[in-house]
Amino acid sequence: MASSLPRFVSPGAEAELIPQGRLSGPMPWVIAIMVALTVIAAAAGLAFSNTARNASDALTGGITVQIVNANPAERDRQAQAALRSLRATPGVVEATLVSQAEIDRLIEPWLGAPTGEGAIPVPALIDARLRDPVSGEMLGQLRRTLRDVAPAARVDAQSTWLKPVFSAIGTMRWLSIALVGVLAFALAAAVLLAVRTALGTNRETIEIVHLLGGTDRQIARVFQRAIGFDAAGGGAIGLALGLVVVLLLGKQFGGLGAGLVSSGALGWLDWILLALIPVVGVGLAMFTARQTVIRALKKML
Amino acid sequence: MSNAAEGEIVQFDNVGLRYGTDREVLSNVSFTLFPGGFYFLTGASGAGKTSLLKLLYLAQRPSRGAIRMFGSDAITLPRERLPALRRRIGVVFQEFRLVSHLSAFDNVALPLRVAGVAEREITKPVADMLEWVGLADRMHALPAQLSGGEQQRVAIARAVIHRPEMLVADEPTGNVDPDMAVKLLRLFEALNRLGTTVVVATHDVHLLKRVPDSLIMRLDKGRLSDPTGALRYPPRVPRPKGEAL
Repeated sequence: MASSLPRFVSPGAEAELIPQGRLSGPMPWVIAIMVALTVIAAAAGLAFSNTARNASDALTGGITVQIVNANPAERDRQAQAALRSLRATPGVVEATLVSQAEIDRLIEPWLGAPTGEGAIPVPALIDARLRDPVSGEMLGQLRRTLRDVAPAARVDAQSTWLKPVFSAIGTMRWLSIALVGVLAFALAAAVLLAVRTALGTNRETIEIVHLLGGTDRQIARVFQRAIGFDAAGGGAIGLALGLVVVLLLGKQFGGLGAGLVSSGALGWLDWILLALIPVVGVGLAMFTARQTVIRALKKML
Repeated sequence: MSNAAEGEIVQFDNVGLRYGTDREVLSNVSFTLFPGGFYFLTGASGAGKTSLLKLLYLAQRPSRGAIRMFGSDAITLPRERLPALRRRIGVVFQEFRLVSHLSAFDNVALPLRVAGVAEREITKPVADMLEWVGLADRMHALPAQLSGGEQQRVAIARAVIHRPEMLVADEPTGNVDPDMAVKLLRLFEALNRLGTTVVVATHDVHLLKRVPDSLIMRLDKGRLSDPTGALRYPPRVPRPKGEAL
């Protein structure tokens, strides 16, 4: 008989003191939506971080040398001379002349396929990698070195070209973090409202328990557990929904085949972080419920 | 820590109570309750009986004066220490105040569960208590399914299930038939013989005569009078205890 009875203090059934229907209502679904949105925002933030880090790693020591000369023969001569000079320069670990076929493939989407003699002259390109990150001093030294052997050479750090892109990625990353923060705040606010409503609805019961010697912590635990169950259920649903969306988006972006986009793929650590979001959500919801109840009860004798 | 005389369970000293800015509902109330005493609190409706009981079961703090309970200053006692004090008091509320979604059994078991008593030690005493108040066959009923008298008996069972040191009852026989009223009074007397201090607020004059050794405190417009010497000093010594319930 005892096993079927609702308990107050004993673990596992304290929540019976507050009828669950009064507390739950739409809460699990609100939490599910919050968690799903948080998972998507966090996944976006992590993807942007990965993109920025991978691109930065790839471009930190990279420089591009353009030989801008309309005469193909002179352009090739200066390109070869610049290539030899770069390979002989201390601190340059790799220097490769980009083939004409590769250049044609890169510009084809914008200028169309090259058509023999009438084709627009494009610069010869040398892709070089330095041992250390590119500095202004190093760039100046390379320009001076190449000026003698290839007067038409223009030397640029690859990271300079993508600076606006990095800036945009950084902004998006912060936006994602802010969104996660806002969603966490919204979750706490939703829990606070639900708990306040439940406190109002169950005020008579709470007063009786108080007068029978119940402590604030005992009462808070009842609400904490009820919200915890709601948050756990909602969190699991939200995580599943969020992950489905993230996987679908990942598939879509992966299909673009663009290097920068693909470099944002999530690693195993990122997936673990996403899986922890509902756990944090449950903790946040329970903490908010506890603080709300304790604060409200302190106003009672 | 107490400068009260040894053995006092409750001491009120010039206690006044007002709600908001209204006039005082209790004025200059001073009395002492001793362990094992049986006290009736009488007075007309609106005399302040329920307000005085609220102070006794720590549902209210006074507007002025001093209250000591179980050796502690109830005015300055930190809020977090009130539950321990409340667990030493059993209360029968005038309007029963049963938890509406809990069965009769669970309402009676509530004080034990609040006090952390193990579930295996709850079932039998609660069932016995419900049987004693004649509700053995109604233990799974919700308060809404019980009559007024049945609810009152559940409320009384809840108040005494944990053998409180002091029992405070506000019109406990108001909704029961005369036979049950006598039976409940016998329960209070039995508890009293075990050492529980009993304070019963009532305006039922027949009830007062049924407990010969009881002391009567009368409230009139918030002021306490003393027809039987309940408030005199030195106080009457409570009779010897020891009979089993």
